[in-house]
Amino acid sequence: MFELEFMRNAYFAGTLIAIVSGMMGVFVIARDMPFMAHTLSEIGFAGASFAVFIGWLPLNGMLAFTTVSSVLVGELSGSVQSRREAVISAISGLFIGMGILFLSLSSKNSSYATSILFGSVIGISHHEVIQMTFLSGVILLILLMIYRNLKDDSFDSVGANTNHIHRSLISIVFLVMLAFSVSVAAQIVGSLLIFVLLTLPAASAKYYVHTVAKMMGLAVGFALFGVWVGLYLGYLTNWPVTFFIATIEAVIYALALVFNAVRKTSL
Amino acid sequence: MSETLISVENLSLSFPNHPVLTNLSFKVNRGEFLGVIGENGVGKTTLVRIILNQLRPSSGEVRLKDGLKIGYVPQFRNVDIEFPLSIKDFIALNFTGIKLPWLSKKEKARIKKVIELVGLTDIANRPLGLASGGEKQKAYLGQALVNDPDLLILDESTASLDPNTKQELLDVVLRLNKQLGLTILFVSHDMQLIHKYPDHYLWLRKGKYTTGAMSDLHNENQEGQYV
Ligand SMILES: Nc1ncnc2c1ncn2[C@@H]1O[C@H](COP(=O)(O)OP(=O)(O)OP(=O)(O)O)[C@@H](O)[C@H]1O
Ligand SMILES: [Mg+2]
Repeated sequence: MFELEFMRNAYFAGTLIAIVSGMMGVFVIARDMPFMAHTLSEIGFAGASFAVFIGWLPLNGMLAFTTVSSVLVGELSGSVQSRREAVISAISGLFIGMGILFLSLSSKNSSYATSILFGSVIGISHHEVIQMTFLSGVILLILLMIYRNLKDDSFDSVGANTNHIHRSLISIVFLVMLAFSVSVAAQIVGSLLIFVLLTLPAASAKYYVHTVAKMMGLAVGFALFGVWVGLYLGYLTNWPVTFFIATIEAVIYALALVFNAVRKTSL
Repeated sequence: MSETLISVENLSLSFPNHPVLTNLSFKVNRGEFLGVIGENGVGKTTLVRIILNQLRPSSGEVRLKDGLKIGYVPQFRNVDIEFPLSIKDFIALNFTGIKLPWLSKKEKARIKKVIELVGLTDIANRPLGLASGGEKQKAYLGQALVNDPDLLILDESTASLDPNTKQELLDVVLRLNKQLGLTILFVSHDMQLIHKYPDHYLWLRKGKYTTGAMSDLHNENQEGQYV
């Protein structure tokens, strides 16, 4: 399997994706933002179809659309939690509408669209691998830098008010990081299902371990397991890798819920 | 003469069409245990938020000693049963700043110390979401202490606790005050507790207030002004 260059690329890219999504996912869950992650995935699709329309690399279109929309969401919803979901709906409606428009306007065939939506193992070029590596590096570097403040703001927003943290800045920076993560992850998993890696591994990890660092570690582990096994099964069966990854992560999450229920009754 | 940490002068605050604090003046000196008492809605949390610089007063001023470090236990917290962090990790959240992600030796030692102070050593690794109400309040207290404040502000920390747990928490606070010299601002609507622990009081009522040493409150009370 590893004699094939595209499989080597896919494993390398998948590993990056799993690391970034697992770590970011812990904060997505803590900040109660699965819906935002889901929506950014769809907006990523719109960005990719825009890129196809004007002749960019899909990744660049995704970056542009997800970044702009996440900043808009951050600015418009401000610190009002309850407004956030409605703002996300409005923004995502707007962007996805544009995505559909660009797709119908562009001359590329629809198989291109499905590869963006559903992900593709063969599609990853050497150039994209380099760009993904760079983006992942940037995300992880920013994460390391703002780690302490992001942690406080995400897990204890009330307490963070008195800790001299610039909360609205943290929130925008986090959204942009999330936009980058979504664009990176979309390369293999497809924009339809990126939110799976950005939410389920972290949502499962929190039932087993109880520090932020350990949750990030375990979430990365769950994500890696899904991506590696998914790629292998995809290679064996020729079925979509995304199907396997989504199913594996869903099973991991179900097991975590069972584990939690059993532990509660046995306490 | 002991050092003044907070000095409030002629402080007033009105929300639109709704005066809350009028012409309030008082001081908090180092080492004091001040009980701020008053009925629901009288403006206790509002006063605290002004001291913390989260709200601007309509007039008057609040002066804090230069470099005053305040530890704050807010009245409400969003911690539900699935809150995943251990008590220890929750306490560590207050070590903020653009610094290395992992804690230094000194920070770890401080966390351990604080957990001892609030009496949670045995359950330090338990998820906070699963802790009892009293344990949660102790964890909040620990978090507020972690940066070694000069002044500790507790807003209704005992409100949801049963009488024994209330006492237990306040015994911890009293120890911090008497043994470590920590200045305390304790906000509560519980008259009995205020009689028992603080050495000074600030009693907010609609449009007026009284303040003084605890013995004065005993006298005030005998005049039957508080229901
Ligand atoms: N941002 C705000 N805008 C308008 N009114 C407000 C605002 N914040 C508080 N109030 C009002 O100010 C009054 C004082 O509120 P505050 O929270 O300070 O009361 P409290 O003494 O802490 O009460 P409790 O014992 O219930 O905690 C209340 O009537 C409240 O409705
Ligand atoms: Mg209050």
